[in-house]
Amino acid sequence: MMNAFLAPVQQWLGPVFPLLWTLLKIVLILVPLMLSVAYLTFWERKILGWMHVRIGPNRVGPWGLLQPIADGLKLFFKEVILPKVADRKLYFVGPVLAIAPALAMWAVIPFSDGWVLANIDAGVLYLLAIGSIGVYGIIIAGWASNSKYAFLGAMRSSAQMISYEVAMGLALISVLMVSSSLNLSAIVHGQAHGYFAAQGMGFLSWNWLPLLPVFAVYLISGVAELNRAPFDVVEGESEIVAGHMVEYSGMSFAMFFLAEYANMILVAAMVSVFFLGGWLSPVGFLPDGFFWLAVKISAVLFFFLWIRATFPRYRYDQIMRLGWKVFVPLTLVWILVVGVWMMSPLTIWK
Amino acid sequence: MLNNFVIPDFYPVAPEIFLLAMSFIILFADLLFSATQRWVASTLTTITLLGCAALTVITADGQTTLTLSNLFVDDLLADFLKLMTYLSVVMVLIYGRQYLVERGLDKGEFYLLVLYATLGMMVMISAASLLTLYLGLELMSLALYALVAIDRDSARATEAAMKYFVLGALASGLLLYGMSMIYGATGNLDIADISQVLYQGQADKTVLVFGLVFIVAGIAFKLGVVPFHMWIPDVYHGAPTVVTMLIGSAPKFAAFAMALRLLVYALFPLVAEWQQMLLIMAVLSIGLGNLAAIAQKNIKRMLAYSAISHMGFMLLGLTSGVIGHEIDPFTAINAYSSALYYTVAYVLMSLGSFAMVLLLSRAGHEAEQLDDFKGLNQRSPWFAAMMLIFMLSMAGIPFFIGFFAKFSVLTAAITAGHVTIAVVAVMFSLVGAFYYLRIIKLMYFDAPAETAPLIATPTFRILLSLNGIAVAAFGLFPDAIMAICTAVLLHSL
Amino acid sequence: MEFTTFLFYLFAAVMLFSALRVITARNPVHAVLFLVLAFFNAAGLWLLLQAEFLAIALIMVYVGAVMVLFLFVVMMLDINIERLRHGFWEHLPLGATIGAIMVVEMATVLTGKYFGLSNFPAHVLPVGESNTKALARILFTDYVYPFELASVILLVAIIAAVMLTLRQRKDTKGMRPSDQVAVKRSDRLRIVAMASESESPATDSKGGAPL
Repeated sequence: MMNAFLAPVQQWLGPVFPLLWTLLKIVLILVPLMLSVAYLTFWERKILGWMHVRIGPNRVGPWGLLQPIADGLKLFFKEVILPKVADRKLYFVGPVLAIAPALAMWAVIPFSDGWVLANIDAGVLYLLAIGSIGVYGIIIAGWASNSKYAFLGAMRSSAQMISYEVAMGLALISVLMVSSSLNLSAIVHGQAHGYFAAQGMGFLSWNWLPLLPVFAVYLISGVAELNRAPFDVVEGESEIVAGHMVEYSGMSFAMFFLAEYANMILVAAMVSVFFLGGWLSPVGFLPDGFFWLAVKISAVLFFFLWIRATFPRYRYDQIMRLGWKVFVPLTLVWILVVGVWMMSPLTIWK
Repeated sequence: MLNNFVIPDFYPVAPEIFLLAMSFIILFADLLFSATQRWVASTLTTITLLGCAALTVITADGQTTLTLSNLFVDDLLADFLKLMTYLSVVMVLIYGRQYLVERGLDKGEFYLLVLYATLGMMVMISAASLLTLYLGLELMSLALYALVAIDRDSARATEAAMKYFVLGALASGLLLYGMSMIYGATGNLDIADISQVLYQGQADKTVLVFGLVFIVAGIAFKLGVVPFHMWIPDVYHGAPTVVTMLIGSAPKFAAFAMALRLLVYALFPLVAEWQQMLLIMAVLSIGLGNLAAIAQKNIKRMLAYSAISHMGFMLLGLTSGVIGHEIDPFTAINAYSSALYYTVAYVLMSLGSFAMVLLLSRAGHEAEQLDDFKGLNQRSPWFAAMMLIFMLSMAGIPFFIGFFAKFSVLTAAITAGHVTIAVVAVMFSLVGAFYYLRIIKLMYFDAPAETAPLIATPTFRILLSLNGIAVAAFGLFPDAIMAICTAVLLHSL
Repeated sequence: MEFTTFLFYLFAAVMLFSALRVITARNPVHAVLFLVLAFFNAAGLWLLLQAEFLAIALIMVYVGAVMVLFLFVVMMLDINIERLRHGFWEHLPLGATIGAIMVVEMATVLTGKYFGLSNFPAHVLPVGESNTKALARILFTDYVYPFELASVILLVAIIAAVMLTLRQRKDTKGMRPSDQVAVKRSDRLRIVAMASESESPATDSKGGAPL
């Protein structure tokens, strides 16, 4: 149906069509994403408010719904300040480098069966590679600001993000082993089979159950990768006054803000795809579809907000200890366990 | 296309696998026992090496076996060199034990790194492909770099390690570049396939010779011959004496194996080219090594320059395999076995001489100066006699092992028609005798600078005595080892 | 010109430019960042050769981990690049001459016709086989021995690094999380049975001062 509709357009545009069509698809992903980011901030303030037994933002628009728009407008019209001793070029490269990977990674996330911008075979590797670049935005911003708080933040982030990338990458290896593919759609499809899925209880066949320890490691490492509470020593408002972002204002600050929340949604989407069955329906009698992915992403996001409201900040050495001495060994052992399991007669993956 | 893989035969690789498995056990044992039982790591390491020796003997069947997708070769040469490697490493460990304990270097890491260096040497010795040869070399070198720096509070050791590391990395780069040229020209990494392609004459000679230059440079660095010898004196001098002893012994076997595998096994059709290069390096090493050694006041530096000249002699054996353009198997075997014999002899002498340095050292005092040997005869006539044997043997005085080593190499050189070179080598060897004899003079005719008794464990004394007696005895019956060397090469080439 | 050819020249040009800037940039941090850019373009070139695994591994390992730590170190060091450059222009003519001679020599030896490139079998991947899978298959079968050796080399590097840097100081104050977690209430808190005290003002039997 789609093709029938597109065919005349394709003919009319000729060789330019693939380019324009891809651009259109990118816009179709990014615009809702940006809206989600805006309302995620609103939602975060609301949830934190309720958890603190407060009301949260409720003045702008009905039930405060226009609050994120107002915030955006405010940031947009604020003056962008360039510190006198900052490195002029890198100071502005920093925010761009922070947000670019956060958006680029969406290219391989499958929203539903076949709904993916780039269905590449090495999708997982692509995510890992682009994800590892995200730290540059923070480091460059921290260094270019030429301020000690910003620099401290940059130093903390580079060590923290590298440490937790190791754990995340190792956690994903178990997922790759059981799905024997690096393609994200194939990973989701792989979760649609199994004993429980045949019984109509698909949610028990998803990767989270057989890979439970790895799932926990991935989820928590995800929070650490995001530099969010309780791992937010990178920003640490009360210690180093927002770390790498301390010198930024207006739109350049807004870029960091957007990057952080876009990354949050992204990590939630990755958790959903790798462990929670992506767009698959949890029970047999309901159809699969994008709706389920959205529900799962929302649930994971709620988890992020929930622990922010609940846990105190980790100390730096505790973060390092958790990453290197707990998560890395745990994932390594689980790789071994999964390997033995897959080769044994008890295997559930065929 | 790739599914026709069969599980390889692990039997010939048993010593390597055993060593690696034991190294993991030692790693954990050291973690558990290092605080209370310091002897665990050293004992386990010795046991590991003895176990490897047993496995090597058991798996030696005299056949040339290729396994692990033709990346690993097990032949008689490999077995012999490996056994010699274990022997020298065990000797280093026994000699060095007290030295390490006295200086607080008796850490589990030392033994582990020694084991990994040994593993690297074994991999090099058994390499059937440029890939494994290179990886073995890197494994050995990396462990040795770290061992040189093991005494962290010594600025000299750190500097030596840094020099060794930088120059070693450079040499590895050269070697790798040469290997890539050979790969580019032949399309193969397997040593057997390379020589196959070369014999068929398909590959372009210009590129091959270009690559050969870099490969020879890499080998020369690892052997420590002129003009790639710069690291030897500094590293020998700067490293803790035990590590110097290690670097001066077992890796020579691995370097010999590397030279043989690369030049003789893989690039034999280019023999005319590489013989020329090696010949120049051999003469320069013998000359520079002997001349520079005279000027040294420090015994470790002196032994370093002596090592350069000895490796020059060894190369002389390697360059004498082919006369002109005709390839005579008998001459070739003779020449290469003389080089192998030289290596064995040199390692025995070198171990003994460094053991003497260790013997004279004690906590807080490094007996590194030549003057420390003054009047040794009055302090201990027996060990002075041992040092006498080592020095006479190194100088090439008849009826010690060193004489017959030089003799066989020079015979091979003369057979190959390098008469002038042989005469030059003998002249420099006579020059070299000066500094060996100077030590004898110091020991027997000078008054002792100090009279403290020599402290050493019984094991150390017995081993050193055996070492000295071996150097003397094999000098009286030189044919025993020579026969083994010839037989080994006859079965492996 | 095909689009991939254009991409090749684009990547190659940017890579050469950034490699040049690595050695000419005055600020060491800029130099490191240009090196990152060079890596990126190298990865792009590999992607064009359909070696996606190598390309992505390059980004993941070098850009994502190694260079971050490198940047970390360079930012902390106070490198006076001007002093390092001292004497650059004096020695440039000699260095450039030697370099040029070497380049010419190598170029004469290594022009394309000398290599038996035609001897190499054309590399064709079967349909449906990804580069990553093919690489993994060969790495864990035919090349398992070198692969394991490389891992031992890394292990040696770890042991050496730990040995050379770990200093156990006696005066460091550390904590043992397992002990902290294992603390029982009775270790920290003692509940003492006491007679209850009344609220009445200071008129106790011993006649002491009011509390």
